[in-house]
Amino acid sequence: MSIATLAPKIRFRETQIEMAHGAGGKASRRLVEGLFAPILFGSSTEPLGDAAHIQINGTPIAMTTDSFVVKPLRFPGGSIGELAINGTVNDLAVSGARAEAIVVTFVLEAGLPTEILEAEVRAMARAAETAGVRIAGGDTKVVEHGKADNMYVTTTGIGRLLSGVDISAQSVRPGDKVLLSGPIGDHGITILLARGDLEMEADLRSDTRSVLPLVEALVNAAGTGVRWMRDPTRGGAATSLNELARDCGHGIVLFEEKLPVRDSVRGACELLGLDPLHIANEGQFLAVVSAELAESALRALRAAPGGEEAVMIGEIRERPAGAVLVTTLYGGSRLVDMLVGDPLPRIC
Amino acid sequence: MKFVDEFRAPELITKAGEEIRRLADRNRHYRIMEVCGGHTHAIYRFGLKDLLPDNVELIHGPGCPVCVLPMGRIDDGLSLAAQPDFIFAAFGDMMRVPGTHGSPLEYKARGMDVRIVYSPADALKLARNHPEKHVIFFAIGFETTAPSTALTLVRAKAEGLSNFSVFCNHVTIIPAIRAILDSPDMRLDGFVGPGHVSTVIGCRPYDWIAKDAGKPVVVSGFEPLDILQSIVMLLRQLRNGETKVENQYKRVVPWEGNSAALRAMAETFELRPYFEWRGLGFISQSALKIRSSYAQWDSEQRFSVPGIRVTDPKAAQCGEVLKGVLKPAQCKLFGRECTPEQPVGALMVSSEGSCAAYYNYEHSKTVRIAGAASN
Repeated sequence: MSIATLAPKIRFRETQIEMAHGAGGKASRRLVEGLFAPILFGSSTEPLGDAAHIQINGTPIAMTTDSFVVKPLRFPGGSIGELAINGTVNDLAVSGARAEAIVVTFVLEAGLPTEILEAEVRAMARAAETAGVRIAGGDTKVVEHGKADNMYVTTTGIGRLLSGVDISAQSVRPGDKVLLSGPIGDHGITILLARGDLEMEADLRSDTRSVLPLVEALVNAAGTGVRWMRDPTRGGAATSLNELARDCGHGIVLFEEKLPVRDSVRGACELLGLDPLHIANEGQFLAVVSAELAESALRALRAAPGGEEAVMIGEIRERPAGAVLVTTLYGGSRLVDMLVGDPLPRIC
Repeated sequence: MKFVDEFRAPELITKAGEEIRRLADRNRHYRIMEVCGGHTHAIYRFGLKDLLPDNVELIHGPGCPVCVLPMGRIDDGLSLAAQPDFIFAAFGDMMRVPGTHGSPLEYKARGMDVRIVYSPADALKLARNHPEKHVIFFAIGFETTAPSTALTLVRAKAEGLSNFSVFCNHVTIIPAIRAILDSPDMRLDGFVGPGHVSTVIGCRPYDWIAKDAGKPVVVSGFEPLDILQSIVMLLRQLRNGETKVENQYKRVVPWEGNSAALRAMAETFELRPYFEWRGLGFISQSALKIRSSYAQWDSEQRFSVPGIRVTDPKAAQCGEVLKGVLKPAQCKLFGRECTPEQPVGALMVSSEGSCAAYYNYEHSKTVRIAGAASN
């Protein structure tokens, strides 16, 4: 049989790449599942998680990679350097692994002031120290002025799986509870305001941080009762939960009054017609925990430093199968879909 | 959050829901149109339909400016701005609306300079900062956004800014309501009147709906309690056999409107003899054009515009949905060829469009949720 006849079917029909394909929502998923996965991973039907699990000489290893393009480079509460370390540490953490080592690739635009680069490298060193991960190597490329936006950073990390964890969307059952580590939308709204187009100000900081200590607290408390975890970055909590709903085949019901959203984030979302559930986070994670262990898991999360604002936001039900439903305080309800493209403010 | 949470208080909302049930005559079916897309969005977002009895039906009106814009206007605007050294500036609402050869976002992906702005003043700022380019502000909206476009035109003229113009698609709400009431297949019992538009035009322009067409109108705010209270007020009028214009949104809407905004509009705009509305066809005196005294800042007077007309795909039933004759899910394309990601009609693009609102928040909910409510 020739290679050609083995070539998998590509279902990605869009003729060009749009910004939406990188926004973490539906279009991103189409690109990954319709083009990358069939060519690169063959017929594997395993759901795509935050990190790949591989075996080296019988030792299970988690591996992940992430690129960071953010404008502005620095924003209240963080900068691209911290994001690049925390993002990869968190992708490993929510796949049940402790980051051991990270390698870094810099794509730099000619003309970038050294001062800015140095500040970011120092930010990375600090974030790595805080997260307890070693930066083991790296690579640098420089492109012509105007061919990149100051700097892009890619980090690739490997981690050792935490003992006593076995997470997968397939293990999620009706009755399980959905936990969230803290308020949503801080990062996305901070970035939107930091771009300065809006002439709006708010006392708000990015939530970028390593969630590993919180994940460990959760896992220590609930062990195999932890069914699934995800850090809801681009596309927000709604997109992560819709992916889970699709992968596990059950429904996810969220209680609107439980959703932790700061007033400044809510205010900005009200003004701009955005849904906090679609806004990016860089220091929170979602977990599904079995009903029996959910209460003790939540207590453990709240007792951990930085986990004080953790809440139980919803539960898994049989219906609406494959979808996410938000119930309001007064008995109304609405479906919440994945993010379509970038969140666009609504004015008129 | 002040001025928001009070209007989402569960006990008050539950009470309003009970009052609606009490007022609605069980032997009667009520068809109430919410004119404004903002109301449509809120109704779905807060799940308000779940609180209404089956015989109180909400019909989604034409008040979504993106939805009623014919595709030819988008093509015209994009073809102008596709010239070298042009910047196309528009609200985020416009960015995913499909033209014949793609949406503004797709043009941007192909290299056109497309910018999302938050106000027309931002577009003016772009023009100041890019003297080497010509900035076209693609203006959309009812009387809600028209005053800010008007003030921007006044400013551009005062500054003598020559590299800025407005491609004006502003429309007015009253002729659209008239067209709907004139539609032979339409039967309505009353209107939840537009809140934002009324902050500018006030409540008087609706008088004829109550007096001549004999339908009650309640101008409404956008929070759950506002909308439910407006429905209560409409049902009260219907029960008492009254038809009048009432203002539920008094905290924002002055009865006489905003005279400064109206003056700015009168200074810069005049009525077009007729304008095409998507789904509704040509409606006379239903849109604004820029006065000749501002010709230099009017993209249509300054440049030659192709005047493209595109007929909607035959299978798409946007017009029927827009007039409230069909529910979104009754359109043949709904949820199949036409989804928020790959919209065929504009009602599926804007989150205020009834199709997108229905798809995002309601689509097959009744099927999917059956059995969930009791858990």
